[in-house]
Formats: sequence, structure tokens, C-alpha cells
Amino acid sequence: MLPQMNSDAPRHSALVRVTHWVTAISVFALLLSGIEILISHPRFYWGETGNVMMRPLFVIPIPASRATVHTGYGFVMPDQNGWSRSLHFQTAWVLVLTGLLYCAAGLLTGHIRTNLLPAAADWQWRNFLRILSQHLRLQRPDEAEAHSYNVLQRLAYLVIIFAAVPMLIWTGLAMSPAFVSAVPAAVTLLGGQQTARTLHFFLTLLLTGFVAVHIAMVILAGFRSRIRAMITGTPKQP
Amino acid sequence: MSNPSRRKLITSGLAATAGFGGLAAAARLAARNGLIPPDSGGLYGPGETLTYGAQRLLTAHSHAREFPKSLISKPPFANETAPPTDEFKRLRAGGFRDWKLTVDGMVAHPATFSVSDLKSFPRSSQITSLGCEEGWSYIAEWTGTPLSHILSATGILPGARYLVYFSIEKDWWDSLDMADALHPQTLLAYGMNDADLPVPLGGPLRMRVPRQLGYKSVKYLTRITATDSLKRFGKGLGSSSPEGGYSWYAGI
Repeated sequence: MLPQMNSDAPRHSALVRVTHWVTAISVFALLLSGIEILISHPRFYWGETGNVMMRPLFVIPIPASRATVHTGYGFVMPDQNGWSRSLHFQTAWVLVLTGLLYCAAGLLTGHIRTNLLPAAADWQWRNFLRILSQHLRLQRPDEAEAHSYNVLQRLAYLVIIFAAVPMLIWTGLAMSPAFVSAVPAAVTLLGGQQTARTLHFFLTLLLTGFVAVHIAMVILAGFRSRIRAMITGTPKQP
Repeated sequence: MSNPSRRKLITSGLAATAGFGGLAAAARLAARNGLIPPDSGGLYGPGETLTYGAQRLLTAHSHAREFPKSLISKPPFANETAPPTDEFKRLRAGGFRDWKLTVDGMVAHPATFSVSDLKSFPRSSQITSLGCEEGWSYIAEWTGTPLSHILSATGILPGARYLVYFSIEKDWWDSLDMADALHPQTLLAYGMNDADLPVPLGGPLRMRVPRQLGYKSVKYLTRITATDSLKRFGKGLGSSSPEGGYSWYAGI
């Protein structure tokens, strides 16, 4: 069941390690620049159009970086949209290209099949509940898990890599006037440009939640050994 | 048993070759087809270039989405503009009868048009969305003269690669490549929602580029210059936007 019980074998391949850290830096840059862009209009709408003359779906209760948005706060935040937008879109390219490399190599090397798709035993209810209760009680994982992902990890990674991130890219592209001129279905399937923007925000919350739990789990499982494993490939000191 | 280190070496080698090969091929293709934006230098140049190059290929024959009349936003949101200059106030007092649009540069017959001259030319209407880089948007019906009509009337020269256009407001200018300049939906807009274009929304005359963000649709248009190079304009980055940190190409 566990392909690499040998404790000297690397936990993470070079490809996983490199793409992990490029992705980690990218997600941080996208989140930071995304927050800056959001501040210029912290209001969300549903459908095709939305502006300060229209009723919002909801409002983030923060001051805005534009005087035209009346937030109830007596001041306007500094405008950071120029570099934020440039950083956001350049980083999106990095993330997309890294993701394509990861998926192509992951299929080629069997990484996705071996390490991400749940193993047959994972689908056993008893096994699943054991892992779940272990997590809920914040127990440290057993030794085997230093070498293989458990079923909850596998499902979380699969959902993020193959659902959340592709949806984030899709909803992002649906906000591009040029892209949707060539591929109108990208936005009409979602129900409009402002719906795409709102979904992009919700997906960001989901991804941020995943990152928070991911980091919490790394700390719980042993911060130094897990970080070392993701940098050098092996959890043990040489 | 496969040899993991050999397999890893072959995989990495293939990936690296594909990566570098792809980059080199893309660079050759971009150079040949003019897919490099004027603000391709600097920290964010690679991102600007990838977006502009990819979207120029993708949108070669695309049209901005058009909407039914029922989706027109009422009232549309007019973004802030600088307080009007004395010159603008004078022209407005005269009902904009003396508003002039000058077309010069690399054209065979430089000319000046009044708004009523433009209204006598073939008109085009479109119900499209104007999206701001801040995130808000509205839909309106825009009416105007297709920019391509003015360019053929003044005889745009084959060597022209960009159109630089200026607002009456100081330091507000932008430029388009020929793909967007000749695009049928690119209008010199003087009307909106069956009326004259209101002043807060750019009246009497604004550029309308529906495949790009709102800031390319410069308000209070007074001059259009055809050129083969953007180097002589401002800092040579194609518009005042990159000087403020924003992308020249705003198709996103």
C-alpha cells in the first residue's frame, strides 16, 4: 500500500518541491495583490453589471482606495492598483505555467495516480473515520504518514489542484473583456462578469482557508521536519 | 525496475528542453508578428508581453459581447474626472459647436472634424459593457463613428502601427495598436443611450474600445495621431497609464 516505506527515500520529488514553492510564493503574491485590487471597490454584485449606483450583493466593511466608493469611513486608502494588477496577472501566468508543468509531469511520473488519488484501502469507511477522528482530535500522525499522504490530504489536494485553482483561473479570465470577446461562454456560463468577480472572491476565501489549514497541519505534524522534507526531499537531517 | 535517477534526469531534461524551446519559439513568433507591447520592459514586462501576445492571437477576429437593450444600466455610473478647464467651459457654453478633433501624423490627408462632421459620417451603435480596472461595470448603448472610417477617410499610411489619442485634459492620452484601431467596434463615440454623450461620461466625444478596460476609452477627445513608433510620446510606454503603473494593454 505504501510505495516507499524506506525512510531514506525522498518524501517529495524535486518536481513537487520546486513547483510547491513556486506555487506558494505565487499564491502569496496573488493574495496580496488581490487584496489591494479589492480595496479599490470592496463591493460585490451578481449578474453582468455592478457599480456604486447599484445595490450590492454584499459589502466588505473596509475603507476603499477610491473616493467614489462611499464606505462610511472618513478617509480614502492609498491607490495601489497599478503594481498590484501587474503583479497579479504576471503571477497568474507563473501559477498557470507551473500548474501545467506539475500536471503534465505528475501524470507522466505517476505522482498524481500514486500519491494523490486515494488508494483502494482509503475508501474503507473504518479507515476514513479513523483518519478523520485523528484529525479532529489534533493527534500527531503516525510514522507511516511521514512517507505518504492520508486520505483527507489526498482529497483536499485533489479538490484544490483540480477544482478550486482551475475555477479561480476561469473566473479570473471571465473578467477579462478581451478573453471573453473570444470565448464568450467563459462568462455567460457563469451568469455575468460581476458574478465571475464574486465567485473569484469566494474561491479565494476557500483557497485561503485551505492554506491556513495546510500550514496548521504542517505545524502539528512537525514544522521543522515537514519544511525540511519540502526543501531537501527528506524529513530526516542528513 | 526503472532507475529513478535516470528517469528523473530524462524527465527534467525533457521539461527544460520543452520550456526553453517553447520560450524561444514564442519569442520568434512574437517578434515576427508585433506581439510585444510598448511597456514590455521592467519588472512586469514578461507578464505584460505574455498577456498582450496571447490575447492578440486569441482575439484576432473576436467581437466584444453585445447585450439586449433591457440590460442597459440606468443610470450609468460616471467616474470622477478632473475639474473642467476654462477652455472646456468655453466650448461647453457654445454647445460644443467649436469642438475640434484633429487627425494627423502618418495619414495622407490630415484633417480636423467637428462633432457634427462626425455625425454626418456612417454611424455605428453597440450595447456593450464598460468595465473599470477597479472592478465595477455598466452596460450602455454607444453611438459614434467607427474609428476605421476616419482612418480610411484621412488615408492612414501603411507604415502606421499605432494611433495615439489625446484628451483636452492635460496629460491624459493613450494609444491603440492597429488591431484595435481598425476593429469595427472601436468608435469615436458622441452618443449614449439615444442622446448626446453626457459630459460626465466623456461628452462631447470619447474613444470607445469595448475589448479593453474603461481607461482606454479616453474622454474629451481632441487629437488623434498615427505613428510608426511610440518612443516620441511621453516616456515611450504607449500611454500615460504605464507611467502611473498601469498596463498599456488593458484587455487583461
